Amino acid sequence: MNKNIVYFDNAATSWPKPQVVYLTADRYSRSIGGSPGRSGHRLSIEAGRIILEAREKLASLFGISDPFRIAFTKNATEALNIAISGFLSSGEHCVTTSMEHNSVMRPLRAMEKKGIELTVVPCSSGGELNPLDIKKAIKKNTRMVICSHASNVTGTIMPVEEIGRFTRECGVVFCVDAAQTAGAVSIDVEEMGIDLLAFTGHKSLFGLQGTGGLYIRKGLETEITPLLRGGTGSRSEFEEHPDFMPDRFESGTPNTPGLAGLEAGVSFIMEKGINRIRKKEIELTRYFIEKLRAFTFVEIYGLQEAEKQIPVFSFNIKGVSPSEAALFFDEEYGIMSRPGLHCAPAAHRTIGAFPRGTIRFSLGYFNDTAELDRACAAISDLAGRRRVS
Amino acid sequence: MKSQTPQAVILFSSTAHALMAEKIAKTQGFPCKLIPVPRHLSSDCGVCLRFNAEDRDALEAALRNRIDWTEICLLSSS
Ligand SMILES: Cc1ncc(COP(=O)(O)O)c(C=O)c1O
Repeated sequence: MNKNIVYFDNAATSWPKPQVVYLTADRYSRSIGGSPGRSGHRLSIEAGRIILEAREKLASLFGISDPFRIAFTKNATEALNIAISGFLSSGEHCVTTSMEHNSVMRPLRAMEKKGIELTVVPCSSGGELNPLDIKKAIKKNTRMVICSHASNVTGTIMPVEEIGRFTRECGVVFCVDAAQTAGAVSIDVEEMGIDLLAFTGHKSLFGLQGTGGLYIRKGLETEITPLLRGGTGSRSEFEEHPDFMPDRFESGTPNTPGLAGLEAGVSFIMEKGINRIRKKEIELTRYFIEKLRAFTFVEIYGLQEAEKQIPVFSFNIKGVSPSEAALFFDEEYGIMSRPGLHCAPAAHRTIGAFPRGTIRFSLGYFNDTAELDRACAAISDLAGRRRVS
Repeated sequence: MKSQTPQAVILFSSTAHALMAEKIAKTQGFPCKLIPVPRHLSSDCGVCLRFNAEDRDALEAALRNRIDWTEICLLSSS
């Protein structure tokens, strides 16, 4: 690992991964490498076992009793597209929030053109959602409520338990975009009343890019049309695509090296304990918020309450554009951050940062307070240079 | 074949299920192996689980309510 790099872009993709993730993916590629479960020889079967292992670990992490309720996809975006485009049809109503990522918003807007009705419930300028506003938005023809578990712009955690409680009461399907929380905040689909859970492998689950998945509550799979159909290694004699989990949503050769790495990432999380990971991230959040607040020239977005957010921070420095700041942090301090709208224009409108955007620092389990100190030095250096010039 | 013990296979609709069944069977100590589905049973290109035919009832009991299978067939000993 490059010691001179401070990596604060974990909300885009986590880096570095635990060593075991690289080693496992490498071992799979060199010594196994078969097409999972397709061919019946030992390397193919071993590849299949690795995927089964990954499925079981993720099921146990998310409180899912049957691992086959998880279909692997290439990322959260694909999972969300299956859940949205494959499920909603013309005349049906869907409720979402004003903090969503484009991976939710764009498929929904496309479905709106095809005749679904969409309600976007506004959130506060801190990115906070009042669950009662979701409840009020539910009507007779509401088929689905979809929201992120935590915002990728402000880090604000959404009240999914509350929403899950009343969607269950009124028989509305509840879909959660856990791209930012899977692996970092504990998730139990049963306790939270989640019917569809979209996750990505390459962020807090420490897997490789090109991995993700969709949990589908038992019985719901027949109501969802797959995006892709093709080879599954099962029921080859039939030209009709299978209707059972997970094959229905898993056409084509998967990213097996990636899933091998993901399995190792999830094992790492389970060994550390998700509560310990969360605790460390809360401490980092508290530390940074306090430092950041001391700067009078910094405007911070979001709730700024460590317990109510993940370690994602959006801010602006007076007189400096987000892109200038990000370039400065990279070139002068080796800090990797992300400027702009973070694929979430609606969220930026909500927090009052549209179209300018913000600088985003997103931390993970492998960051530490020394790095935050360096970041604070960089911020005051940049602001200082701005004042004298 | 080296073994004279009568063998049987369980067929599944998904290779994912076959792999899970193998895992359950192995943990419970049943001698078994995933093999390509014999052509005379099905033209499926997937795998099935071969086991000792005498374990049939016990194995079915172990898998019931956990894994769905499509059929169980005795393999001829030739
Ligand atoms: C809230 C949220 N949803 C969805 C996504 C999409 O994830 P992926 O790019 O892995 O599909 C992201 C991250 O990019 C995200 O932050």
